[in-house]
Amino acid sequence: MQEKAKTQNSLRLGSPKQLERYRAVLLKDRDPDFPTIYLCGGTGCRASGAEAVADAFRAEIGRRALEVQVALKETGCRGFCERGPLLVVEPTGVFYQHVTIEDVPEIIEKTVLQGEIIDRLLYEDPVTEEKLKAEFDIPFYRKQLRVVLAMNEHIDPTRIEDYIAAGGYAGLAKALNMLPDDIIAELLESGLRGRGGAGFPTGKKWKACREATGKTKFLICNCDEGDPGAYMDRSILEGNPHSVLEGMTIGAFAIGASEGVVYVRNEYPLAVKHLTIAIGQAHALGLLGENILGGHFSFDVSICRGGGAFVCGEETALIASVEGLQGEARPRPPYPAQKGLWGRPTNINNVETWANVPHIISRGAKWFAGIGTEGSKGTKVFSLVGKISNTGLVEVPMGITMREIVYDVGGGIPDGRKFKAVQSGGPSGGCIPEEHLDIAIDFDRLSEVGSMMGSGGLIVMDDRTCMVDVARYFLKFLEEESCGKCTPCREGIRQMRIILDRIVGGQGRDEDIDTLQELAETVADASLCGLGQTAPNPVLTTLRYFRDEYLAHIRDHTCPAGVCRALIRYSILDDKCVGCGVCAKACPAECISGEKKKPHTIDQDKCIRCGVCMSKCKFDAVALE
Amino acid sequence: MELQQVDTILDDYQERRGLLVPILQDIQATYNYLPREALERVAERRGIPLSQVYSVANFYTAFSLVPRGKNIISVCMGTACHVRGAPQVLEELERQLKITAGHTSPDMMWTLLTVNCLGACALGPVVVVNETYHGHMTRATVTDVLDDHARESEDAK
Repeated sequence: MQEKAKTQNSLRLGSPKQLERYRAVLLKDRDPDFPTIYLCGGTGCRASGAEAVADAFRAEIGRRALEVQVALKETGCRGFCERGPLLVVEPTGVFYQHVTIEDVPEIIEKTVLQGEIIDRLLYEDPVTEEKLKAEFDIPFYRKQLRVVLAMNEHIDPTRIEDYIAAGGYAGLAKALNMLPDDIIAELLESGLRGRGGAGFPTGKKWKACREATGKTKFLICNCDEGDPGAYMDRSILEGNPHSVLEGMTIGAFAIGASEGVVYVRNEYPLAVKHLTIAIGQAHALGLLGENILGGHFSFDVSICRGGGAFVCGEETALIASVEGLQGEARPRPPYPAQKGLWGRPTNINNVETWANVPHIISRGAKWFAGIGTEGSKGTKVFSLVGKISNTGLVEVPMGITMREIVYDVGGGIPDGRKFKAVQSGGPSGGCIPEEHLDIAIDFDRLSEVGSMMGSGGLIVMDDRTCMVDVARYFLKFLEEESCGKCTPCREGIRQMRIILDRIVGGQGRDEDIDTLQELAETVADASLCGLGQTAPNPVLTTLRYFRDEYLAHIRDHTCPAGVCRALIRYSILDDKCVGCGVCAKACPAECISGEKKKPHTIDQDKCIRCGVCMSKCKFDAVALE
Repeated sequence: MELQQVDTILDDYQERRGLLVPILQDIQATYNYLPREALERVAERRGIPLSQVYSVANFYTAFSLVPRGKNIISVCMGTACHVRGAPQVLEELERQLKITAGHTSPDMMWTLLTVNCLGACALGPVVVVNETYHGHMTRATVTDVLDDHARESEDAK
């Protein structure tokens, strides 16, 4: 193993041709039919115990001395996080879900060695109850189109050989033989728009930075993925860090930048680890650093970890943070393309945007523009979360409808509940109700209905989600994350949150809705940066589509979803209670009493309205009013 | 206070510009918080005003200016966790630990924190104790999780 690493280090690719030759050598050594277990190593699956499963596989392979017969590969995120840990056994392509360490010996013995399928580990279609063998049979994957995430499933993110064998760095090799202006023209023609939120055309951004005066230029990759419920960028960086590095290197060549910074959230340690490894490997092979692929072009990338501030996703705040200052936004213009990091022209794109670049260059702008809608090209990665059956990471072509995502890919709402809304665009986005479920997803259509694409978090809500509470949740989030520099954002959001506190507390007043509306418009108009300008969106869209819920809180003092504690009460139904005492035992406030085998009662003064009694009762004897 | 480790960290960053946030992260990883003396050394060696170091340490939620407990509990307050009941889980933790979010128990056993999103939404509500993820948390499972980790700490002794 060590020997191998040594030869790798001495190998430096001196030209695009040598890269191709190296790829051919790698491919020759690979047997596509070699029995391999592809185990998902994304953060979701790891949180479900994938690392222990990997250890168990290694131990079992070692114990049975099967090293020459079976390989284990820990890949990036496969997306179907709800069912983790996930694995695929090749060459048969059998897909297993919810794998535990106890299953490991059986998988090796039966599936890997004898080609037998273990029924209980297969995914069962909830509608047809049919056991599905392969990943692409599963409805969750059927409507997806994987471009950016395509390689995640096959490559080990810590091995550059895997990426190169799969066609990696071909885009860079091609780009180095193009004129920078032609690369930018290709980007413009592809119609790629920034995946970080605002959807600004990437080619235009590059062009502005290329044309800016100044010898030293910088690139930044924004992986300060702060939207709660969004983890697309993390999965890309964790699962395929070289695709981001390749995209950045192509961008640097086109723009004329010499240094790049990847700004990563501190909460993403695995992404930092994989990227650090990737940078080292790319350096060793001559794909990064001085004289890339033997040419005159040099470019280097470093990593800067964030400090946990949402506002740093905003480009000027991010730059301040890299410079070692508080993450405060500043007015634009000048735009970073003219005056960015250390006062130099700087181009900032988000992770998913960078990861799209190599595909556009190697497959061509026409191919990319062939996917999607009139104004939004390509695919988009979403994290589909909340009250949804199939939580996970999905990549779909632009133009797919929200209904298809929620019901076909996401499998609908669990526990027989009813769909209420889907929230897109993070804290600055909006809630889309049932009536707009059939809109085609693209940047412009989402804005029309009052939401936005954002970075790609889709949070599904059912009839037990209170929309006033959701609006309050986002405002509280933004209040805490506002950098405090400008008054409309700092004070306006706070005032709106105070009003919403009042409403969910049962103290709402008739005039509150108008005041909210007015404040929302002022904050949107007068704030300095994107955070404040879009902060009122959750309030505005919930007012637009769910005004009746606000009115129910204010006028009737009820919370239709049964969430707002001041407006609900739990009681025990005498005719159903058998007096088993389970609720009394479970009650954290110790406010349930009663004789054994007799109906119990709740002391409303002591009750903290946590709902534990209701969830514990086997006789449906606890009612929510 | 022994500042040798601060010096080692600063040596790693040499003369490269900016990077105050990563430097403070490394210091916090070593000392579990940001001691005043360490911040003073950073300001002195990097040639930047202490006020700037302090403002950065104070601005980012990742940093703590006071010592933290032996076990760090992070409750994910992301949207997916929120709609699945994270506020109730946090409330139960606060009730049982008798501290509010952002604080450390007097015996220095627990520090309770909230985080915006851990991106493990399939498991929501999620609570992370040190580096162990606990998914699908409810009020009822809070007790089990705390007991497990208290026992582990006990065993480690």
